[in-house]
Amino acid sequence: MQDDVILRLEGICKEFPGVKALSNVQFTLHKGEIHALMGENGAGKSTLIKVLTGVYQKDAGSIYMDGMPVTINSTQDAQKSGISTVYQEITLCPNLTVAENMYIGRTNEMTTNWRKMNAGAKQLLDSLQIPASPTQQLGDCSIAVQQMVAIARAVDMDCKVLILDEPTSSLDESEVEKLFKLMTDLKARGVGIIFVTHFLDQVYSVCDRITVLRDGTFVGDYLISELPRVQLVSKMMGKELDSFDDIKQEEIADTIDRKSAPVFEATGLSSAAGVNPYDFTIRRGEVNGFTGLLGSGRSESVRAIYGADKVTGGRVMMDGKEIKIKKPIDAMKQGIGYLPEDRKHDGIIGDLSVKDNIILALQVMKGMFKPISKADAEKFADEYIKLLGIKTASADTPIKSLSGGNQQKCILARWLLTNPVYLILDEPTRGIDVGTKLEIQKLVLKLATEGKSVTFISSEIDEMLHVCKRLIVMRDRHVVGELTGEDLTQTKIMSTIAGGEKK
Amino acid sequence: MTDKKLSQDQNFFLRILKKQIFIPISALLVLMLFNLIADPTFFRVELGISSLGYPVLKGNLITILDNASELVILSIGMTLVTAASGGQDISVGATIALAGSVVLRILCGTDTLTDHIHAPIIVAFLACVLVAMLFGAFNGVLVAYFKLQPMVATLILFTAGRSIAAWINNNTLPNNTDPRVGYYGNFFPGIAVPSPILIAILFMIVTALVMRFTKLSLFTQAVGINAESSRLNGINPQLIKFMTYVILGFCVAVAGFIKVSRLSTINYSVIAKDIEMDAILAVALGGNALSGGKFSISSSIVGAYVIQFLTITLYRFEVPAAALPAYKAIVVIILVVLSAPVVRKKFAELKKNFTAKEAN
Repeated sequence: MQDDVILRLEGICKEFPGVKALSNVQFTLHKGEIHALMGENGAGKSTLIKVLTGVYQKDAGSIYMDGMPVTINSTQDAQKSGISTVYQEITLCPNLTVAENMYIGRTNEMTTNWRKMNAGAKQLLDSLQIPASPTQQLGDCSIAVQQMVAIARAVDMDCKVLILDEPTSSLDESEVEKLFKLMTDLKARGVGIIFVTHFLDQVYSVCDRITVLRDGTFVGDYLISELPRVQLVSKMMGKELDSFDDIKQEEIADTIDRKSAPVFEATGLSSAAGVNPYDFTIRRGEVNGFTGLLGSGRSESVRAIYGADKVTGGRVMMDGKEIKIKKPIDAMKQGIGYLPEDRKHDGIIGDLSVKDNIILALQVMKGMFKPISKADAEKFADEYIKLLGIKTASADTPIKSLSGGNQQKCILARWLLTNPVYLILDEPTRGIDVGTKLEIQKLVLKLATEGKSVTFISSEIDEMLHVCKRLIVMRDRHVVGELTGEDLTQTKIMSTIAGGEKK
Repeated sequence: MTDKKLSQDQNFFLRILKKQIFIPISALLVLMLFNLIADPTFFRVELGISSLGYPVLKGNLITILDNASELVILSIGMTLVTAASGGQDISVGATIALAGSVVLRILCGTDTLTDHIHAPIIVAFLACVLVAMLFGAFNGVLVAYFKLQPMVATLILFTAGRSIAAWINNNTLPNNTDPRVGYYGNFFPGIAVPSPILIAILFMIVTALVMRFTKLSLFTQAVGINAESSRLNGINPQLIKFMTYVILGFCVAVAGFIKVSRLSTINYSVIAKDIEMDAILAVALGGNALSGGKFSISSSIVGAYVIQFLTITLYRFEVPAAALPAYKAIVVIILVVLSAPVVRKKFAELKKNFTAKEAN
């Protein structure tokens, strides 16, 4: 076992101003294994990957490839040593062809032999069974195929170590399957794969070993067969986790107010984003959800409620009174809050401080000419940083320097501060560690007991079952069913998504 | 405990170094020091007699502050436009010619040379504000609603502005010798400080108040950093972008009014020539990203004074007028490189290592 170690990290330390991101971390990767790197947000996974790929320079520690010490000061160094990375966001050029993307920046010659390049690309794509043609534009391929092309590029560069940084977070299940098959093929070729992900299922279906980090320190290196899920989670969190079922019990209390008029009621709502007209109702104290595969129109549906896309038809009532929502500010004035799916592009204002990000929605509602005083802003920010346990150096830190989960909590704080009657949360837990996920779920249920209404969207059906009382199922931009009570089971949801009877 | 204190000290240094205003302020200090060593009398301010016979302040420092006024006012508007739209307005020189022509057209009527004003000055000023803001709105509509590149959108008025200015006064160069016309660009009777300085100070105070009592800066920065997020939080990004161009229009009006008042006449083809480039430079010298987002108006203002200080310093060293831009360019390139985020970061790191070593 000792001989086939291809990558060893020892005593890696990395410090940022005020934060010790990694302290004395070790990591060992064997030939032909898929090794999961796990940890909560802020545990130091990304920092470790970035040290390994030369994006950051380590403060201390050593890296060995095949037993020989190597220095990695730049991404080129990493590539030369045989370490390749495929990031969550595709870093290739969508407007070039697949073959061009595979060879770009790698040829030394002044001229390009197109035929040779395309033939080489075709051979590689075929051997890895990637369903793409070399001359196709990369942007026309699905995200999964794009990711596979990125992997193919890495493989062709004779990589010995392949790092996959959350490659599956934007893929649907069949695409994940394909990706896993590719990973297993590579594993058989002797490539060592480091797999960073938040999905426990995926770890257990494809990985051989797990290394767990917590708060920038090394917790342990385990064989997958020796570490049951519950233990993995508790190792990541550093405490025994309340079992997932706890939440189910709290939820028993029925918080729905059936007497008064629904908080929000829409008939025939449709939007320019391509949602077909649908009806929707939510009552006070109710938590419901939209479910369906990626691209089924669940996000677009809630965006139509909030007026985020141009509303093209339908009537909307709040508390029994007809209203008009044309743009987000109209919805906000009615007490609707919306946490968007794409945190980075639609949620945070990256360069602004945590404080400014938190007060933003409230400030906009008050208007430009009634500023929230500095003292109040600080008070609000501190209050929510404490309440939601946002990990930040200070309220004046730019939000972009926070980890994903903490950014999400800031956006959540932004809407809680406006004291909404109806909150729409689109994938609030995506890319967030298990502990925070649970906190957010509990918070949603608590809001319901306070008489607020919440629409909750998540790709993880488990999670939807935990918090939602009613699920609206979508397929191909149509609402195809509504499930409540007894029907709220995995199988029933799956069959409805797949092609259940219309109600 | 000592460790903590040490890191606080370190943080203090880092914070100063990271402050955006650090580079323009140090540039200003270096220029001052340079002049002080070369000629200790450089900063002498003495009493002189104005053309109207009043005692007034004279000296290099006064000249710098006086001449920088228009640039300072423009740099405020330019900072906002840059922040919100991630681009610059290159038409400000041309719109100054336009707004200035309107002032003289109203004050002179149809006469080319006259010694009395045909309408109250306030009317001329208001008309100038209206016209400049309208043209600002024109730029704003093109940028915010038609989503043109700011430079392309403002290229239109950059090209056409001075021709329209000529047309306003029938291709003549009107001159109004009424002393009241000159008050705003020279001296008010009985006041020893040049009026442009006072107007610039007033303008800065108003800006500070607006920034203090509205959330214009938060909204502008939010739109500049992430327009889509801002929209989903209820801000109207188009309106904010449009507004910044109208505000710049107001700045243009005030700057144009001062420029015309200085000479009581206008030569529409040379007035405020290339001032747009200096205004953009002031924003850049202030360490503001020309791609928009976070901004610091005070840094831009200091940047504007640096530019004027540099010009006067070069004059003092009798650099030939033709060679002036070349010398200016050399200094500017040093400043811009120093204030580039990459270099600032490197500096902060060096400083950090230095203090760390010192501590050991």
